[in-house]
Amino acid sequence: MLKLEKRPQPSRFWTWLTPLLAVLITMVAGGALFAALGKDPVEAIATIFWQPLFGEFAFYYRPQLLIKGAPLVLIAIGLSLGFRAGIWNIGAEGQYIVGALTGAGVGLAFYPAESWAIFPLMVLAGGLGGWAWAMIPAVLKLRFGTNEILVSLMLVYVAEQLLAAMALGLMKNPEGHGFPGSRNLRQYESAHNAELIAGTGMHWGVVAALIAVILAYILLSRHILGYHIRLMGQAPRAARFAGVRPARLVLFCLGASGALAGLAGLFEVAGPAGQVSIDFNVGYGFTAIIVAFLGRLHPVGILLAGLLMALTYIGGEIAQSNLGLPAAAIQLFQGMLLFFLLAVDVLTNYRIRMIRREVA
Amino acid sequence: MVFGSIDPTLLLASLMVAATPILFAALGELVVERAGVLNLGVEGMMITGAICGFAVAVNTGSPLVGFVAAAAGGAVLALLFALLTQYALANQVASGLALTLFGLGLSALLGQGYVGIKPPRTPKLDIPLLSDIPFFGRVLFSHDLMVYLGLALVVAVWAMLKYTRAGLILRAVGENHEAAHALGYKVVRIRVLAILFGGACAGLGGAYISLIRVPQWTEGMTAGAGWIALALVVFASWKAGRVLLGAWLFGGVTVLQLNLQAAGLAIPVEYLSMSPYLITILVLVIMARDKSRAPASLGRSFHASQ
Repeated sequence: MLKLEKRPQPSRFWTWLTPLLAVLITMVAGGALFAALGKDPVEAIATIFWQPLFGEFAFYYRPQLLIKGAPLVLIAIGLSLGFRAGIWNIGAEGQYIVGALTGAGVGLAFYPAESWAIFPLMVLAGGLGGWAWAMIPAVLKLRFGTNEILVSLMLVYVAEQLLAAMALGLMKNPEGHGFPGSRNLRQYESAHNAELIAGTGMHWGVVAALIAVILAYILLSRHILGYHIRLMGQAPRAARFAGVRPARLVLFCLGASGALAGLAGLFEVAGPAGQVSIDFNVGYGFTAIIVAFLGRLHPVGILLAGLLMALTYIGGEIAQSNLGLPAAAIQLFQGMLLFFLLAVDVLTNYRIRMIRREVA
Repeated sequence: MVFGSIDPTLLLASLMVAATPILFAALGELVVERAGVLNLGVEGMMITGAICGFAVAVNTGSPLVGFVAAAAGGAVLALLFALLTQYALANQVASGLALTLFGLGLSALLGQGYVGIKPPRTPKLDIPLLSDIPFFGRVLFSHDLMVYLGLALVVAVWAMLKYTRAGLILRAVGENHEAAHALGYKVVRIRVLAILFGGACAGLGGAYISLIRVPQWTEGMTAGAGWIALALVVFASWKAGRVLLGAWLFGGVTVLQLNLQAAGLAIPVEYLSMSPYLITILVLVIMARDKSRAPASLGRSFHASQ
């Protein structure tokens, strides 16, 4: 009979091995799923993980890796701070949308003026928008004790409706012949989040994501605030005695994750997406939750996990057009990854022992 | 006047229908949380139930079989959650989120061939005599079987928790799992059963949306109903009777805003569609003061170390 025995401390070995193990198991289970859908499993897995990097059209797909990875990493870095402290912001999707709306709003307000200052202002507005949207669950939690999970999630649906209202109303392109959606920011020089180096996919969002990774690393490993965040998550009672003020942590963690999600939204709307449209959001805010856990809530881990998840997005699109694999199968594939990760995570905290059942 | 075009009888009758999906899901989650488990995967189980019920009902032609399949689908998904949290001792919040993400993907995949199909009609059960009563007949006694089943379930859950031995054990496990374990109750087994019940209820709620309320299949059609159900449990202070009250309140808000949309109010549709979510937040704020009712072991993993 199998028996779990709690480890005195989480195993460092398994901490880093479990994500790899989870990815492997997901590949196997995903292969089985694709086989069940009547596709060649090996070909499907190869299409998802190999084609974007080393396939025939890799020169086109590699930049996509940065474009899709940047928002995931940006959002996941923010989420990981809160998740470490036991503060669950799961409404990043909403903060992403609102950041895009406020950022694009500033840009559209200046149209057609040209100035170098417009884009920085948009970045500021995007971050502030996401921050403000995340402050709603934070303030309600501190003032009334509401659950931040439910409030932040409800605000995603509110933000989606707000997005639709903006795309159809206030921000609609006056020269768009009545079609929904705003002016295209890519055709507006001062507001365009353009590629910094042509053909690489490198835009300001990628830069911001890298800066976020570095800052988060320093914060968590070198700064007292990062120490408080970790302490709060691992031993809330000890944290209270050590003089950690939970209210400040709630404000900081929710605020930071909201601002980063807002930035991700702004960089997306001003660059790859180009305009505010009804279907602007594609679920990065939710996928980022998987990224955060897959990266073990560690900045460097999140960077790698974000790239891997971006790979499944791109590979999924290729598999969709080449093999006719349904888009939902990829979504399911990503969901499976988190499942298996949580399942194998038991090895980090527990030792599995074989014991013989004793006769009573 | 816009309100003139809204018929109060119809409004109240459709309120009962709108309340039923979240009533089922919230009752299931209520039992799960009273056993000390926080399952945030309600949305995922609901949408899985919605497509399972829909697909089976279309293929067999029987809505009733569809509902059974929906309950089974929801329970199977809940079983995954139970394995993760009760045996692999994974974090319940993360596992619940995983369940929702997984369920949304799974349902989208299963539902591919079912977009744009009409499901078989679920007959209305007009209770003889009672349904002929003016006003009340239409509002209360002229619905399909599931509405009555939902109401019966409220009573059953309430009575089970309050008066039966099983209910007492369930609550003991939820309040203090160490003590329950010391008394010899199988904490994990009881929790797994509660989680399965919660999944089946969420599945029924989801199928009610796809088979009766809408009735058709579209991706992501539960649109946050599962999360509203979770909020409802908090609103109800973990009491079955107040879940019913809450479900009617949310049903009422939903129906009213839909009616206002149809009546062509000057407010854009999008802002009206926000209202159920905003009301949910408002209710959470109002109810947050009453914290004492939450089961004491809620969300904590149990591992019996010798």
